[in-house]
Amino acid sequence: MQEEKTETAPKGASAKPREAGGDALKKSDKILTFPHLVFKEFIALMLVSLVLIIISMTMNAPLEEVATPTKTPNPAKAPWYFVGLQEMLVYFDPWIAGVMIPILIIVGLMAIPFMDRNPKGVGIYCFRERKFAFTMFTVGIVVWFGLIIFGCYFRGPSWLLYLPWESWEVHKPVVSKGTYVLPLYIGLPGVLVYYALGMWLPAFFARNFYRVVGPTHYYIAMFFVLSMFGFVGKIPLRFIFDIKYIIHTPWFSI
Amino acid sequence: MIRLLKQLVDWIVRTQVWLSVFRQGWPNTERNRILTILNTCLFHLHPIKVRPHALKVKYTFCLGGISMFLFIVETITGVLLMFYYRPTVEYAYQDMKDLEFAVTFGLFLRNMHRWAAHGMVLTVILHMCRVFYTGSYKPPREYNWCVGVVLLVLTLLLSFTGYLLPWDQLAFWAVTVGTNMAKATPVLGAEGPFRILSEMNDMCFYLRGSVDISENTLLRFYVLHCIALPLAAVVLMSIHFWRVRKDGGISGPL
Repeated sequence: MQEEKTETAPKGASAKPREAGGDALKKSDKILTFPHLVFKEFIALMLVSLVLIIISMTMNAPLEEVATPTKTPNPAKAPWYFVGLQEMLVYFDPWIAGVMIPILIIVGLMAIPFMDRNPKGVGIYCFRERKFAFTMFTVGIVVWFGLIIFGCYFRGPSWLLYLPWESWEVHKPVVSKGTYVLPLYIGLPGVLVYYALGMWLPAFFARNFYRVVGPTHYYIAMFFVLSMFGFVGKIPLRFIFDIKYIIHTPWFSI
Repeated sequence: MIRLLKQLVDWIVRTQVWLSVFRQGWPNTERNRILTILNTCLFHLHPIKVRPHALKVKYTFCLGGISMFLFIVETITGVLLMFYYRPTVEYAYQDMKDLEFAVTFGLFLRNMHRWAAHGMVLTVILHMCRVFYTGSYKPPREYNWCVGVVLLVLTLLLSFTGYLLPWDQLAFWAVTVGTNMAKATPVLGAEGPFRILSEMNDMCFYLRGSVDISENTLLRFYVLHCIALPLAAVVLMSIHFWRVRKDGGISGPL
């Protein structure tokens, strides 16, 4: 809906060549905020209000029966924006799924502008000039929303796999083939090799990239990228090979 | 008739009362349009002139502005809801029912508050994506990106704390699932790795104000939801908008 308004672009707006590092726009190319920007904001505001009012009149906010601490619903789902983390609980212990992953996501997001030293691609939607950053962010967003959709629509009672059209009334027995815990002498070196190879291979094959970015930025960025793929990578390990823990110690398990 | 109306308008915009409020006359000359932006408290957030590319809806999709607008909607509907809501176990759910059946437009008010909250979470996330894909976090805007990430976290926390207030089964168990995660915090959680605290003084207890979700939790979430988090969000939003201007206005191709 928002896009329709592009048609009503102000007369003063002239399309400029969109080359990064191209000619700087002259001051005279700027157009007045009032009325051009203010009117567009006003239209957006009106449209959002309209949509909001229609939704509020047609759909009621959910309200179930009064809270009863003794009656646990099955399943108890978190609000949708946290369902991704709840879904991660299947693959990780709570201290990773509920604490470490959120912290890493927040710190990782805040670190983006300091890790990304590529000055190109400002002010335009451009994949070509920043393939790496573009891809990694997209992977993160897709995984995040993928987990949310999966948790919301494909999980039923006892957090078991229920397809959206399957009735939750149908009882599904928990058929556990048993889960495996990798011994420490395989798991720990495995994780170390994953991080070491993940850090070393790109540095070796994309020397130029490594040299431009510099070692500090490179290793910090790669830590976040490899952690992200590591977290995602455990999903198939759990689904296909029934591996519960990769590293298992008496104090913590991953 | 029309001429008469015009004369009336001309007279109104030259009265002392009008000029005391708006300072400048009718914004039909370039001078008055500039003064409109300069003299209006709300508009002075904007620069007097903007670069044409910033006006393209396809560039920003109005996402930041919509997020702020939804925050304002939340504030207004939230204040109105506060007139009818008491954060106690005895009354919370009953007040929900009163809103639905006894208060004029009560259900509409609650619907709007709920749907705008979901909308705000979504638009804030999408705004972050927009900023990333246009490379708008790159120097000199690193700091503002970080402020934005904190605002995203605040938005999620605002939504999450509000989730408990209806005190129905959905609220109670979603927040149980959410706050249970805090138990798993390493060192500081009663069930996390390297735990040193009991469930009477760990992170989860600190969050809930009791071992299980109780009236203490309800009051805590209510105060956080209505006072602490909105205040923090307003302060950070002010910094966020101010920095947009200080960092050279909306990002664009060089």
